Amino acid sequence: MEPVLSRFGEQVAGARAAGRKLVIRGGGTRLFYGEPLPEDDSFEWLDLSAYRGVVAYEPSELVLTARAGTPLAEIEALLDREGQMLAFEPPRFGAGDTLGGCIATGLAGPRRLAAGPVSDYVLGTRLMRGDGEVMHFGGEVMKNVAGYDLSRLLVGSLGVLGPVLEVSLKVMPKPRSEVTLVLALDEAEALRRCVQWRSQPIPVSATAWLPDGSGGQLSVRLSGNASAVREGVEKLGGGVLDAATACAFWLGLRDQTHDFFNQRPLWRVTLPPGAPSLGIGRELHEWQGCLRWLTGMHAPDALRAKVRKLGGWASRYRHDGTSDASPVFHPPAPAVIRVQQRLKQQLDPDGVFSPHRLYPDF
Amino acid sequence: MKSGVALEAATAQAAKAPVTPDFAGFLAAIGRALPSACILARAEQTRAYECDGLTMYREQPPVVVLPEDETQLIAVLNACRAHHVPVVPRGAGTSLSGGATPHPQGVVIGVAKFNRILKLDPERAIAVVQPGVRNLAISEAAAPHGLYYAPDPSSQIACSIGGNVAENAGGVHCLKYGLTVHNVLGLRVVTGAGEVVELGGEAPDAPGLNLLQLCVGSEGMLGMVTEVTVKLLPRPELARVVMASFASVERAGEAVTRIIAAGVIPAGLELMDQRAVKLVEPFVQAGYDLDAAAILLCESDGTTEEVCEEIGRVEALMATAGATRVQVSASEAERLRFWAGRKAAFAAAGRISPDYYCMDGTIPRRHLARVLGAFEEMEATYGLACSNVFHAGDGNLHPLILFDANQPGEVERAQAFGAAILELCVEVGGTITGEHGVGIEKINEMCVQFTRAELDAFAAVKRAFDPQGLLNPLKVIPTLARCAEYGKQHVHRGELPFPDIPRF
Repeated sequence: MEPVLSRFGEQVAGARAAGRKLVIRGGGTRLFYGEPLPEDDSFEWLDLSAYRGVVAYEPSELVLTARAGTPLAEIEALLDREGQMLAFEPPRFGAGDTLGGCIATGLAGPRRLAAGPVSDYVLGTRLMRGDGEVMHFGGEVMKNVAGYDLSRLLVGSLGVLGPVLEVSLKVMPKPRSEVTLVLALDEAEALRRCVQWRSQPIPVSATAWLPDGSGGQLSVRLSGNASAVREGVEKLGGGVLDAATACAFWLGLRDQTHDFFNQRPLWRVTLPPGAPSLGIGRELHEWQGCLRWLTGMHAPDALRAKVRKLGGWASRYRHDGTSDASPVFHPPAPAVIRVQQRLKQQLDPDGVFSPHRLYPDF
Repeated sequence: MKSGVALEAATAQAAKAPVTPDFAGFLAAIGRALPSACILARAEQTRAYECDGLTMYREQPPVVVLPEDETQLIAVLNACRAHHVPVVPRGAGTSLSGGATPHPQGVVIGVAKFNRILKLDPERAIAVVQPGVRNLAISEAAAPHGLYYAPDPSSQIACSIGGNVAENAGGVHCLKYGLTVHNVLGLRVVTGAGEVVELGGEAPDAPGLNLLQLCVGSEGMLGMVTEVTVKLLPRPELARVVMASFASVERAGEAVTRIIAAGVIPAGLELMDQRAVKLVEPFVQAGYDLDAAAILLCESDGTTEEVCEEIGRVEALMATAGATRVQVSASEAERLRFWAGRKAAFAAAGRISPDYYCMDGTIPRRHLARVLGAFEEMEATYGLACSNVFHAGDGNLHPLILFDANQPGEVERAQAFGAAILELCVEVGGTITGEHGVGIEKINEMCVQFTRAELDAFAAVKRAFDPQGLLNPLKVIPTLARCAEYGKQHVHRGELPFPDIPRF
C-alpha cells in the first residue's frame, strides 16, 4: 500500500479503536455544505489533500482516474488540452477545490439538466473502511454491472460512508460550438418555454432566469455541433451574447460568484420540470426551471411543505451566520431515512465517518 | 427504536442459520390475500418459469405468484418474511445471467400484471410506468408525440422495464444516450424489509444518500420495483450509418479511437469480427464485406444538417484509419439492412450451431486486439468456436461460444471457455459483466473480480435493504466457502475441467 494510504489507514483504524469520529476534508472549500460541524473537539480531521494526482487518463476511452486530493483545476486543465471536459460542470469554490470534495458533495453546475448529475459520470471508486482496508468498486469501463453500484451511492454522501480515495470518471468531448441567447421574458413565460424545449431537438445546455425591472431575462446556452446550434439559434430567437460575456456569466453561476449568491440565507430548491413559480421572494432559476435559488427568511417547515407538494426539495444551502434548528437538507420520507440509516450502520458500523453531516441524527 | 431492534434480531437470526421455509403457512397466507387466479402451483403452470434467457440453468419453482397491484405484492412479500420463503422476482424472463432462475424452495413473483403506463406527459417528456411494461411499449406509446425511451437492449420487444432496472440494461445506443441508470429518474420500491420507498423523482437531486442509482442494477436483491419514472427524448429526425471494412481488428480498433478522440460521440458504434460477419451474412444478406477482418458500423443521429456534418467527419476518419471499404447508408431501408446482421448475430448463431453461449464482459478498448487474439487461442484449448460482436464505443464484448449440448462435455467446455473469457476481461482491467448482470451465471467470477472486503460491503448493502436475506438469495454475492471452492478450480485453469464435477 502507498505510504500515504497506510497513514490514512492507521489514522482511521486508530480513531475507530479509540471511539473517535473523523470528518473527511480535502481543500476545505465545501465544508459550508451540509449540517454544521460541531464547534467542540469531538472529532478529528481526516485530511485527504495530500493524496493527489491523476492516475490514468485515456482521452480516446473517455476515462480519467484521479486521487481524491487532486485539484479540480488540474483535472479540468488536463482535459481541456485534449478538447474534453467534465460534463456536469462542477462548481469551483476556490483554488483548493478537490475531486474528492466534488464527489462528496455531488454538486453540479449549469449543465446539470442536459448532462445529468455528477453520479452519472462516476465509473469507479476506491473507498476506505473503518479498519483501514481499501475497497475498489466499479472500474474504468463505461459499462459495468458487477455487484451493486456503490460508486454512485458515494456521490453526495458527504463522507458518511467513509473516505473516497480515488475516482474514475467518464469524460466528454467539449461541444464544437456554443452560443448564448438572451430573451426578455417574465417568470411564467420563461418557465413555459423551458419546458417546451424538453420535447424538441434543441441542444439547450444551460438556462438561467433572473428578475429585472421589466419582468426578467432568460439566458439560454446552446451547445453541440455547429449546425445543431445554428438551427437552435434560429428557433429560439433573442439576442446573441458575445462569447466573452457569456463565458463570464456562466462561470459566475457555476462558481456561485454571481451577486445573487451573496445573500443569506440562501435556499436551494429543486422542482420537477414545469413546476410553477414559488411566488415567495426573489428567485434565480437554473436548469430549465428545475433549480431555484431563493433568498429571504422562510419558515423551513412551511417552505418545505409547499415545495414537497410540487414534488420538489428545499435545502438551506448557505446558512452561515443564520441560526435555525431545522435540518439543512429536506428530510426524505421516514421510510427512506430508515433505509439510509441502516445502510450507514451496515457500512460504518462503528460510526467513525463524518457523523451528522447529512442528517442531524446520524 | 422498536422496528430497529426487530430488524437486528431478524438479521442475527438469518446469519445463524437459514430457517426452513414454512410453505403451507405461506400458501395459506397468500391464499387469503390474492385471487386464486394469481397463484400458480400446478406443475404444468410453473413449468414455463423454470428458467430465464439463460436456459442452461433450470429449476421448477414450487409456486409462482402474479400479484395485480402493490397491495397484493406487499401481502406476498410480508408472507414471505413471516414464513421464511425465498423470493425470486421476475420481469419478462429475458435475463441472460440467470437472474430469474427459480429457487428450489422459493416463490417466483412475476410482475406481468403490472403492465400499465400510468402517465405519459409529452410536454414534460416524462413517463411513469409499472415494472411489467415492455421496454419497446414505452417508445411505442411515446412515438405519436415524437418522443422515445432511449435504452434499447436487443431484447427490447420482450423485456420489461422492471427487468431493465434490475439489470441496468444497455443497448447499442448507450454510448451517447446512457444506460438504464442514466434514463431512470425515479423508482417506487418495496424493500426486502417491507417498506415502500420513493427514490429519486421528477425533481433533480433528491436529498440524502443516492439510493436510486444503488437500486438500479441490483438484480432484484434489494427490493421489488412497483413504479418507474423515466425520461423521454425527442426522436432524432434522421439516422444514418457508416459501414467500414478493415484488414485487421487492430485497424478497426484504431478507427474507433480516432473517432472518439476527434470528439464524435456516435449514436452507435459496433464492431463485428470476421467470424461474426461470416456467421450472419448468409442469413441476412446485408452486403457485408466477407474479406474484411473486421467491420465497423458507426451511426449518427440528430437533425438532418447535424447528421450530414457528422457523417462527413466519420467517413474521413475511417479513411485515414485505413478502412478498405466505406459505405454510407443512403436510405432508411439501407440503414436497417446494415444493422440487420449485427442485430441478427444471436439468431444466426442459433441457425448454424445447436447451442450458443452469449458472454458479456467489458475491457478497456486499447486491449481489444490482445483480447481477441487470446480468444482464438482459447478456441483451440476448449475445442469450440467463438465469434465476436463488440459495442466498440464502450468496450463491451459479446463473444458467442458455439456448442452442442447433446455432445458429452460440450456444456462444461463452453462454461469453462466463458469463465476464461471473463477472467481475461478482469486481468486487462475490465469487468465480468457489462450489461447482462451476474445472476447465478457469473457468481464464481465475482470471486475473481472482488476481494472479500468488497464482497462483504455488497452483503452489508443487501442486509440494509433485506435483513432476512430473502430476495434472490444465492445470487450475485458469493459466500466465502464458494470462493474458496472456486479458488481450487481456478488453479486448474487452462486444463479441461472434469466433466463429472458439477460446477453448479
